[in-house]
Amino acid sequence: MGRVSPDTAAVHAAAPARVTPARARLLVRLRSRSAVGIVMTLPLILLIVGLVAYPFFYAIYLSLLNKRETAFVGLDNFRFLLTRDTFWLVVQTSFLFTSLAVLWKAILGLTLALVIHTLPPRGQRVWRGLSLIPWVMPLALSSLGWWWIYEPTHSALNWVLVLLGFSPKSWLAEPFWARFSVTLVNIWYGTPFFMITYLAGLKSIPQELYESSAIDGANAAQRLRYVTLPMLKNIIAITLLFSTIVTLATFDIVRVLTRGGPREWTHLFGTYAFELGIASGDVPLGAAVSLFMFPILAVSAFFILRGIRRSTS
Amino acid sequence: MAQVLMKDLNKKYDEVHAVKDVNLHVRDKEFIVLVGPSGCGKSTTLRMVAGLEEITAGEITIGDRVVNDLPPKDRDIAMVFQNYALYPHMTVYDNMAFGLKMRKFPKAEIAKRVGDAAEILGIQELLRRKPRQLSGGQRQRVAVGRAIVRHPQVFLFDEPLSNLDAKLRVQMRVELKRLHDRLETTAIYVTHDQVEAMTLGDRVVVMKDGWIQQVGEPLELYSKPANRFVAGFIGSPAMNFMDVAVTDAGGALWVESNGLRVKVPPVHAGRLGAYRGQHVTLGIRPEDLRVATGADSGDYAFDTVVDVVEPLGSEILLDLKAGDHALVARVEPTVRVKEHEQLRLALQPERLHFFDLKTELSI
Repeated sequence: MGRVSPDTAAVHAAAPARVTPARARLLVRLRSRSAVGIVMTLPLILLIVGLVAYPFFYAIYLSLLNKRETAFVGLDNFRFLLTRDTFWLVVQTSFLFTSLAVLWKAILGLTLALVIHTLPPRGQRVWRGLSLIPWVMPLALSSLGWWWIYEPTHSALNWVLVLLGFSPKSWLAEPFWARFSVTLVNIWYGTPFFMITYLAGLKSIPQELYESSAIDGANAAQRLRYVTLPMLKNIIAITLLFSTIVTLATFDIVRVLTRGGPREWTHLFGTYAFELGIASGDVPLGAAVSLFMFPILAVSAFFILRGIRRSTS
Repeated sequence: MAQVLMKDLNKKYDEVHAVKDVNLHVRDKEFIVLVGPSGCGKSTTLRMVAGLEEITAGEITIGDRVVNDLPPKDRDIAMVFQNYALYPHMTVYDNMAFGLKMRKFPKAEIAKRVGDAAEILGIQELLRRKPRQLSGGQRQRVAVGRAIVRHPQVFLFDEPLSNLDAKLRVQMRVELKRLHDRLETTAIYVTHDQVEAMTLGDRVVVMKDGWIQQVGEPLELYSKPANRFVAGFIGSPAMNFMDVAVTDAGGALWVESNGLRVKVPPVHAGRLGAYRGQHVTLGIRPEDLRVATGADSGDYAFDTVVDVVEPLGSEILLDLKAGDHALVARVEPTVRVKEHEQLRLALQPERLHFFDLKTELSI
């Protein structure tokens, strides 16, 4: 602020005598370049405020009320949650689910990208398209498909297991296998995103670097370690951050497959907040649960973005 | 140190026959330059020597080993790429050390070799920097450094100076030549720039459409081009070519066409005799033309009209019209001549070139 171009200064000087100095100063400010910038970006700022900031602050406000939303209770909702075993189970599940799912999505995505990258161009297009299918299908719908696969008595999965001589499992009824199943669907759904991003990253690595390292005597594993991974470092960091945010906020898969069960073992922050806030009618408590995601994401975003900034500066 | 032998070398991609029956003997310690226009097969040939392209047919020998089936790392070569191919996430030191590290050299030996190479190239100050903090010339030096620390049997250069600006290119050209004199390693150098080829090469290989057109020392290519392509490719500005008829008058051979009549000098008369009554291509280098004086014989002079004058300071290039023919002459900077003026030019008869119209081979 405070930057006044010569022509706006001239407007100021030529202002009619009846305009008060204060009003003239306001006019000059409005005509300055930064004011024009703000005015032109205002629609977008309003949109972001309406869609992001308002719900965020409203959630904070809600989380400070009592169940009937009639009285301000301070941090009571948060305190209450911290004393509940179920809440700590949700925290544990969310961490386990997010870290395992993101890790495996990254590993499988990179492996797929490397395999597809080595195919001839025509084959590449087909496989790239096919492997994107899980990602472009509506998640609620594909989760329903998985629900059928996991169904204990008539499903394909158990049928195959029995065929191979194993005993059938209650995939969604046993705590360990329910967590496993939910995580597996998330990995299945999210891997294509990593694959397509890494594939784009791989295509941007100059071929000469590989040729040069081949002459330098690096074998395939060394080329991956010394050329591919360092060249993809920033893309890997960004995808990890993005995927952590999205994965931690997972809702559909759990809602469709297990509704948080058995015995709350598969609840994540999102589904637990929904359970408390909407299904049980305690909106402030639900808001408090969902707000726990914010500091976790903020901290991981801070470290990842700082890492990227350091490596590019 | 080693010789490189290419025997009936061929490279075919699906539809394209990129390299055709290349036979070349690069001698030990020789600096050989492959030159030609884009798509002539020079880079493909080099990449086959490096092991980066599979050989469709033929054989490559480095030293006394046939290397056809050896991976690049086992060929004992080092390559410098056009866009440097430095690892952007590694420091200059690590870039130069990478090949040695992969070959499990002891740390002290790596440090010594990198230090020596950095000293030779004058980049000791840059060892801790990343490639993006370097200028184009410095990057190129690091790329060369990465090649020389390996002490390979053969250096391969793939248009290493193409990304540099004109002034730096001249400077690096001199440095590369000096480096080769010092290291005495066999080098194969690919470029599309005939000036680079002429100044750097002990011998130059001119290629076109996958074929070798001529192999020879730089001055041999300039003064005795094997065919019209080499004649036009080597030398700047390019040689002037004119379609002329060979005639017989007054007991001597002449070549003539609209606006031009020149007596065939005795050195060429024997060979051109067979073309009597036929057409051939006459080639005159711009530097073999000069403004005629009264003393010049009419047999080797002709009238032209000046089209464009290009004063370069040290010389003047004249774009001229002689009858239907457009040609370029390189004349003394003292010549004062204006556009559209008439100008009589004389030529050096012993430096005329004649080419068969069909085969384009030198006559």
